[in-house]
Amino acid sequence: MISEKKWTDRLFDLFTYVLLIFLALMCIAPFLHILAVSLSATAPSMGGFVKFWPIGFNLENYRKILGAPAFQSSFLISLERTLLGTSINMLVLILAAYPLSKTSQEFKGRNVFMWVFLFAMLFNGGLIPTFLVVRGLGLMDTIWALVLPGALQIFSLFLMMNFFRDVPKELEEAAVIDGANHWQILYNVYLPISLPALATLTLFAAVGHWNAWFDGAIYMTRAENYPLQTFLRTVVVQLDLSRLMVDPNALAQLSNRSLKAAQIFVTIFPILLVYPFLQRYFITGIKLGAIKG
Amino acid sequence: MSKSRLSAYFYRTWPLYFMVIPALVLLIIFNYGPMYGVIIAFQNYNPGLGFTGSPWVGLKNFNFLFHLPQFKLLIRNTLVIAVSKILSLQLCAIALALILNEVRSFLFKRVINTILYLPYFLSWVVLGGILLDMLSANGLIGQLLKQYNINSFIFLGDAKVFPVTVVVTHIWKDVGFAVIVYLAALTGIDPALQEAAAVDGANRWQRIWHITLPGILPTIILIACLNLGSVLDAGFDQLINLYNPSVYATGDILDTYVYRAGLISAKYSLAAAVGLFKSTIGLFLILTSYWLANKFAGFRVF
Repeated sequence: MISEKKWTDRLFDLFTYVLLIFLALMCIAPFLHILAVSLSATAPSMGGFVKFWPIGFNLENYRKILGAPAFQSSFLISLERTLLGTSINMLVLILAAYPLSKTSQEFKGRNVFMWVFLFAMLFNGGLIPTFLVVRGLGLMDTIWALVLPGALQIFSLFLMMNFFRDVPKELEEAAVIDGANHWQILYNVYLPISLPALATLTLFAAVGHWNAWFDGAIYMTRAENYPLQTFLRTVVVQLDLSRLMVDPNALAQLSNRSLKAAQIFVTIFPILLVYPFLQRYFITGIKLGAIKG
Repeated sequence: MSKSRLSAYFYRTWPLYFMVIPALVLLIIFNYGPMYGVIIAFQNYNPGLGFTGSPWVGLKNFNFLFHLPQFKLLIRNTLVIAVSKILSLQLCAIALALILNEVRSFLFKRVINTILYLPYFLSWVVLGGILLDMLSANGLIGQLLKQYNINSFIFLGDAKVFPVTVVVTHIWKDVGFAVIVYLAALTGIDPALQEAAAVDGANRWQRIWHITLPGILPTIILIACLNLGSVLDAGFDQLINLYNPSVYATGDILDTYVYRAGLISAKYSLAAAVGLFKSTIGLFLILTSYWLANKFAGFRVF
């Protein structure tokens, strides 16, 4: 029994709430500012007058961005890589996690496979050899350069494998008695029971693809092949026009401050769209990774 | 196993081997391929001649690298940034978890968490774009500071201030993610302990200090051990989007150097040597961290 609250406790509570609200505001303020700039007229935003409320409210910046061919095409490339890449990631992941979740009696050679995968998770050839392999395969300037090199996520594979290992053996044995083979067991027993883990890993893979920019920057030699994040980078981070085969005037127009802000917001938008789901599966995902073992 | 039993075994289990093929093919091409390709660190790589045909030069690239004036600087910057990031992020995450744990209202906690997680899901291109805008001479921060007559810092252009900017913005992006592990650990503490302490007259601070903190200590130790494996990862994505030549003195790290030397200047062999140097030490660090995590916190990878 905790008796009536003392005034020190109330003060403590007040302090906690105020501190947390302050931190949350600090965290969200940059986004509110960028949103305000994107909705403002060019002159006040260039002059640095816009804080957290638009001045000269208009949607012109968004209209310009969404009408710019360079922006549209990179948006579509990002969409394509996200859909194709996430599908391939998940297919590879599910297919490999199932056999690896078996014991080494059921799946002879499992331990060898495990070590081969684990070693590749702990050690890698590094950026340059990877780049040379991708180039050597002739993948430069193709969508496959954005999809295949990262298609196998070993850490996610281990998470999925751990999840599959928790599937009750009785369910599987019942299916075996009914004459089910491994394909049927995976499809009818393992997948339905693992939906939360699958949703988590799918969302993470999709967000990863949507946010990836570096592969676009090194594997795409022509700007018209850039995915959205790589394109955005040329506009907001590096104004290095020399390597780009894009019309410098068009790009200069896109790099006006309000337009930049609008582009940043359009790039964030798909993430905000899936954010409620992300948040829901977020904690499941972390627990899957951190508490296991 | 006799021949007939072996064929019976494969009759049942061939799908398992079949299923692992796509992952194995990708692994061989995109993981073990580059590991083989790392031999160019010991060659004078020539794109026309490829991995197998380029002339061998032994340790010449490493010798050149270790005598490079920037090399010490690269190591120092990498370590300083990575270690300050790890320490400050984890301290913030632990403090935040303890504060959130004191909040009774579920809805309030949920709203705060929702806001704090957001930057984690955005790319460093987006966050870098926002920061470059806000921290520019005419940006929001400069304007606000001017309003209160405070001299503005050059957050991204002054080599002394730059590492601080990097660490603070890293916390902004990752603290929502880092706090989750601790929040999960906090739910494992028996509420009866808290009540018993309250009955015994312990105040809030005493309860946090003597019950909550020891309750999550195993998690703190585990995370500390695992983080040891990443003291060479200063965060390529963040730095490449925030740094510029005027802060190379404190902001240039091994990874950004590899990128510039290899892909901008096409010194493939030298860049591969730097990469190999980093991943070899990284391997030992991560093995040590797993070993420590296993020893002190019973951690297992699988």
